Amino acid sequence: MKFEIDYKTIDRVAGPLVVVKKVGNAGYNEIVKIRLGNGEIKLGQVLETSDQYAVVQVFGQTGGINIDTTSVSFLGETFKIGVSENMLGRIFDGQGKPRDGNAVVSSEEKKDINGEPINPASRAMPADFIETGISTIDGLITLVRGQKLPIFSSSGMPHNQLAAQVTRQAKVKNSSENFAVVFAGIGITYDDARYFINDFTKTGALKRTVAFINLADDSSIERILTPRLALTTAEYLAYEKGMHVLVILTDMTNYCESLREIASAREEVPGRRGYPGYMYTDLASLYERAGMIKGRKGSITQLDILTMPGDDVTHPIPDLTGYITEGQIYLSRDLHKKDIYPPINPIGSLSRLKNNGIGNGKTREDHGNVADQLYGAYARSQEAKNLSSIVGVDALGDIDKMYLKFGEQFEAKFIRQGNYEERSIERTLEIGWELLSELPEDQLTRIKKDYIAKYYKPKKA
Amino acid sequence: MIKLGAIEKISGPLVVAKDMLGSSMYDVVRVGNLGLVGEIIQLIGEKAVIQVYEDTSGLRPGEEVVSTSDQLSVELGPGLLTKIYDGIQRPLDKIRDKSGDFIARGINVEALDKKRKWKFVKEGSLKSGSKIKEGMTLGFVQETELIKHKILVPKGINGTLESLKEGNFAIVDPIGSVRTEKGKVTLTMMQRRPVRRPAPYTEKFGTDTPLITGMRIIDTFFPVAKGGTAAIPGPFGSGKTVTQQSLAKYADSDIVIYVGCGERGNEMTEVLTEFPELKDPKTKRPLMERTVLIANTSNMPVAAREASIYTGITIAEYFRDMGYDVALMADSTSRWAEAMREISARLEEMPGEEGYPAYLPKRLAEFYERAGRVKALNGDVGSTTVVGAVSPAGGDISEPVSQGTLRVVKTFWALDAALANSRHFPSINWLTSYSLYFDNLADWYTKNVGEEFNAARIKAMSLLQREAELKDIVQLVGADALPDPERMILEVGRILREDFMRQNAYDEMDAYTSLSKQSEMLITMLSFGDQAIEAAKKGVSADKIVKMAVKSKISRMKEIPEAGIKKGAEDLRKEIKEEFAKLLKAEVYEEKE
Repeated sequence: MKFEIDYKTIDRVAGPLVVVKKVGNAGYNEIVKIRLGNGEIKLGQVLETSDQYAVVQVFGQTGGINIDTTSVSFLGETFKIGVSENMLGRIFDGQGKPRDGNAVVSSEEKKDINGEPINPASRAMPADFIETGISTIDGLITLVRGQKLPIFSSSGMPHNQLAAQVTRQAKVKNSSENFAVVFAGIGITYDDARYFINDFTKTGALKRTVAFINLADDSSIERILTPRLALTTAEYLAYEKGMHVLVILTDMTNYCESLREIASAREEVPGRRGYPGYMYTDLASLYERAGMIKGRKGSITQLDILTMPGDDVTHPIPDLTGYITEGQIYLSRDLHKKDIYPPINPIGSLSRLKNNGIGNGKTREDHGNVADQLYGAYARSQEAKNLSSIVGVDALGDIDKMYLKFGEQFEAKFIRQGNYEERSIERTLEIGWELLSELPEDQLTRIKKDYIAKYYKPKKA
Repeated sequence: MIKLGAIEKISGPLVVAKDMLGSSMYDVVRVGNLGLVGEIIQLIGEKAVIQVYEDTSGLRPGEEVVSTSDQLSVELGPGLLTKIYDGIQRPLDKIRDKSGDFIARGINVEALDKKRKWKFVKEGSLKSGSKIKEGMTLGFVQETELIKHKILVPKGINGTLESLKEGNFAIVDPIGSVRTEKGKVTLTMMQRRPVRRPAPYTEKFGTDTPLITGMRIIDTFFPVAKGGTAAIPGPFGSGKTVTQQSLAKYADSDIVIYVGCGERGNEMTEVLTEFPELKDPKTKRPLMERTVLIANTSNMPVAAREASIYTGITIAEYFRDMGYDVALMADSTSRWAEAMREISARLEEMPGEEGYPAYLPKRLAEFYERAGRVKALNGDVGSTTVVGAVSPAGGDISEPVSQGTLRVVKTFWALDAALANSRHFPSINWLTSYSLYFDNLADWYTKNVGEEFNAARIKAMSLLQREAELKDIVQLVGADALPDPERMILEVGRILREDFMRQNAYDEMDAYTSLSKQSEMLITMLSFGDQAIEAAKKGVSADKIVKMAVKSKISRMKEIPEAGIKKGAEDLRKEIKEEFAKLLKAEVYEEKE
């Protein structure tokens, strides 16, 4: 056992930071134990170190820390979490301690929560179609195994219901492989946490789930740890136990706000809207932990939920996220107001890996063309809608009127579906063709002639 | 590899070391017990500020710092092609052999294989006693079936050739020697070049040849010249990467250097899985044989991201000096700028706009100025074309990286979120994009594509401008309020947009269109347009023209195979003429009644 030196040389406490003097050789990112005068113990991490001092970020509240009786010891290692398969079915807090009242899990090995970057030469290309049973996602924003796809939402929208529905229904065709869910609640309310846990319990998913929950009133600095604990556990289950892991990180906006809190406590030069300049790199170190590795069985698929402040997609959080993730599912307040669930707006939504997961042998030969045409037609219908709000519906040309009708039908039949309604990809494409068959053939410029001959069934005039 | 110092302070990727007297700016150092690679970026008295190219977790003050007295440089020689490197030229497959699927720290791997033998053929005219000068060609190695790798005299070696052998050698084996003023120098097939310094050349020329990409909107409307520069700014999801990858696949350069700078891991995997299977459209050889990949994904260390751009351009210049046309794709230069910003903030430098360092515009300009068509020191003419993706926050190009880039590049492909949202790809906006190379390239187009092409291009562009103006009016009053000839302009505009400029990178047939096919398509579409406007003026109703049978054939011109395009287009133009003749005849007939 390593000999721990207790330092009683705290120089300054400011916000979540503690500066310890006369330390000499604290390791960068090393874990720190802080012993309060009353015996209470807190954990922290070294943010900056020199031969004179160390700057420590404290997990939990800094209340109770004082200069004269609090002592600090350096543990000689970076933050690690013990992992094992027994974590399935358990709920932990944002520091990885049990939250469900049960015993501590005996771990098989300890892993550094920061992980190491996957070598790009070792990655396998994600290409397995995940059927979520939701038409807009399967048909237009197709999710594949190993992808990271965020849900861009806003306050008051049903992103939790959507994430829970995906978790319930997601499956890969013709595969009965081992799957698991790792859930990280980052600064979420008690109600939100309960919604997920109840849903997982009801559907029996809980026994395949590891949950890490940092509630809104828990330490905000802990929020830096929570997603890393979740992803480290996911990596273990995926790459060492061969499971297909769906990771849900919610709410990334809270995570970014914690980053900003620490940055401002450190008096760093702020970037856009006060967020630190390294936020892109920091977010990438989380999102890039999704993927598949050649020669290993498991995979990590990420569904990251973030709420856009003021519905603003150019806000740094959704903006930087969109540059890292492989597309986004964009929830629209307009659709939500029309009481359409799921309020996924195909315009603005995207899955970059769609083309790897669809087509002959995976979904159906015509899938790509149908998706393109539906997108194009729906975009056109929105143009017509804008136009009609200026000149009135009556002044529209025949073609615009036709698209206006298409748009309404598309929202009512394709986008709208029940929270417990599961549609197969065949059914989704069938609905797509029913809608396209309302359009004259010469409008279907994005579809190959063979597919039109096979699937296009216009009503006889 | 002797000078010793010790770590004083660690903050993220930045380390301050003391007792560093004797080391110079930009020296490469090994930091701490793990021997992490770093580079000196500031000297203050006996202290050195070092940016470390690997994660610094666990480093402690007091651990040693060793200077290599060497600038950050790359190894150059046969074996470069088909490789995938990280930002500081460590081969990712070799890293995998050593540390498994995840990248561990402090790994020391050689950039080039020092054991593999290559067959060296010497330059016929060289014999003992020949004058030798820096940059001269000594001979070549047939590195891949596509590429003859010329062996050039490294920097600073001038004198008389003593010996030069032919045969099978590893790149570090002596192949000859030169007598210089400072004594005898042994020649090998490998050389090193510092990455932050542009390679010398004899003369820089203007540009006169376009880089043909097979993308219709680029080749026809906004070409980049060989040796030129282009920028692709756009918000996320607008197709920057798909466009960059299409360029890497189909551009008619001899060598492609693809720098994935702070981007997604899966995108590099896509390149790695696709390129070995894809064939070069001209030579039918696997694309990898002409490609070097540099992948420093967003989760890899930020300082190495800063270096990756320089690593890429230095390798590009090396091949340029052999007389090749090299294309470098950098995706994304914004991530590079952000890496600079991160390091600058840690240095506590006074920030410029949006926190970027004040020297950002200068660095951007220096990078793009390393492009060009040059006469190399050996007399060969080669070029480096640089295409940089820019990822402006929120797609707003008034930010410093976009602006700094636009001031230096000559071609601007503006990606447009609205186009991307309606799945119009490539989502290059034809109204705001530009290419300043047209004056230089007009002769080339006339000679190689045809007399009519330049005029057709200009006409198409002015039609599109006119269409945009008319669309504004339509927004206010509706399409029906326009006179029929103007409605025809809308119709031609739509054809040009949807059937010419839009192109599917994932469709085998559509992904690449030869320039002659582009020309045939454009001329046919314009000829339809002329006749449509003419017919509308003569009183044929717009609805009748819009419903013409031949139109769906025009829409599907891209599906005509390359081999049959000449005849296919001629037949189609004939058909268009006939159908219009019929319409006009019917019109006259109706009038008579």
